[in-house]
Amino acid sequence: MTEKEIFEILKEKFCETIIEFVEAEAGENYIKVNPLEIDKVCSFLFIDNILQFDSLMNLSAVDDANGEKKTEEDGSFEYIGGTLSVFYHLESTDKRHKITLGTTVEKDKPDVVSVTDVWEHANWHEREAFDLLGINFLNHPDLRRILMPYDWDAGYPLRKDYKDPDYYQGMKVPY
Amino acid sequence: MALKTEEMTLNLGPQHPSTHGVLRLELKLDGEFIVDVIPHIGYLHRCFEKHAEAMTYPQIIPYTDRMDYLASMYNEFGYVVTVEKLLGLEVPERVEYIRVIMGELQRIASHLVALGTYGADIGAITPFLFCFRDREKILSLFEMTSGARLLYNYIWIGGVARDLPPDFLRLTKEFIVYFRPKIKELNDLLTFNKIFIERTANIGILPKDVAVNYGITGPMLRASGMKWDLRKDDTYSVYNKFDFDIPVGEGRMGTVGDCWDRYFVRILEMEQSLKIIEQAINQIPDGDVTSAIPKRVKPPVGQVYVRVENPRGELGYFIVSDGTLNPKRIKVRAPSFVNLAVISKLCNGHMIADVIAILGSIDIVLGEVDR
Repeated sequence: MTEKEIFEILKEKFCETIIEFVEAEAGENYIKVNPLEIDKVCSFLFIDNILQFDSLMNLSAVDDANGEKKTEEDGSFEYIGGTLSVFYHLESTDKRHKITLGTTVEKDKPDVVSVTDVWEHANWHEREAFDLLGINFLNHPDLRRILMPYDWDAGYPLRKDYKDPDYYQGMKVPY
Repeated sequence: MALKTEEMTLNLGPQHPSTHGVLRLELKLDGEFIVDVIPHIGYLHRCFEKHAEAMTYPQIIPYTDRMDYLASMYNEFGYVVTVEKLLGLEVPERVEYIRVIMGELQRIASHLVALGTYGADIGAITPFLFCFRDREKILSLFEMTSGARLLYNYIWIGGVARDLPPDFLRLTKEFIVYFRPKIKELNDLLTFNKIFIERTANIGILPKDVAVNYGITGPMLRASGMKWDLRKDDTYSVYNKFDFDIPVGEGRMGTVGDCWDRYFVRILEMEQSLKIIEQAINQIPDGDVTSAIPKRVKPPVGQVYVRVENPRGELGYFIVSDGTLNPKRIKVRAPSFVNLAVISKLCNGHMIADVIAILGSIDIVLGEVDR
């Protein structure tokens, strides 16, 4: 099944405020989903007999770096506003089709519903997205930092405007 | 009067030889039985993804080497395939053949470490030395080609760094002839050893549906009885030109998807890799290997997810390009990272000694788990 056909099936089930087809100039197209409804779309994709998306290949979060850029005198900068995105790459091992879902959230309120209930695989990937980009996954069973130290309170390193803290546990960080 | 009992917490690692690096497992114990295993990772976090955002596309290749340092060739392979897809770049056929030969040699080398250290974890030191002796021969082949033994920077975007040295194909053929009997030797020594079977059969059973739901891939998924190999099922490079089988776990010593199956699938895979290399050597065409290397890598705005079959499973790269010389975001779907997540499911109800057997059969590389 092609992406378009899968989108047609989804369109019958979900209204336009929830899903939208995004055509890319280069690389992959994806279906844009409302961040607060993503779990419903995913569990439909998982359960549906024709679609059977039994496997989540990858889940990644991206800083879109599209806010208003405010540069300080020392060259450091930060983005006011802007958005973060999460991409889900799904696949059906039986039906042999693939699809990409994407969702976009405001940086000030980065709430996305977790899909760990659908695929256990999402658990650690969502923790990683939380750890490195600060995406808050609602209903996640165990949302802790995973790669950074548990007591790291200097923000989310993969955000474009991340700044190293001066000290961590009494150790000088920038070297 | 009933004796008071309480759950005990035991830390396995971070400094422990059988954790294959710096991994801490927090074991919750009821006597000697496992109630829960909580993995703590991140001790080797070197911020690959953040570094990559500050570098140009070709500069990233040596960094990909350092993720899964036992399968560096394959990490490069996966990365360049992804960038080439983003660029829409065709590479000469000879390059594809060289990449496949390197990739499959790397798979054998990586499996040899996995099998050897697995034996050592369980108490069989001799096979470990035998495996490293044979791996050494592959490393010598890599050294004569790329100049390095572990971190190669050999596979480049659009080509490879330099052509194969004149003796390479002859020496590789000799290696295949040398190595085939060694697999039998390893089987006699370790695979069908009674003590080894006792330690691994029926331990850490992973059912197929659970494996798919957890995103498990590679030898671990195949050991659970699922015929799934990206070289065939989502083929890339020139893998569709070779004839090879996908070995799956059959539960020969116990149940499908136990530790022994995970071990034995790797043995069978080495034989298949030899078969691929043999065919590739016979078919390899002549040609220039550096002609398609672009001077400046500047992909169009877009995003792409490409995956390859790394020795440990599905290695995926998700690259977002904003049309500049540096990627906007690179996310690596590391097979070890994903495969490790299932450990608490596998260990429940087993004993402490079995945790070592289960961890070894997952075959993690912490450099890749933490990136």
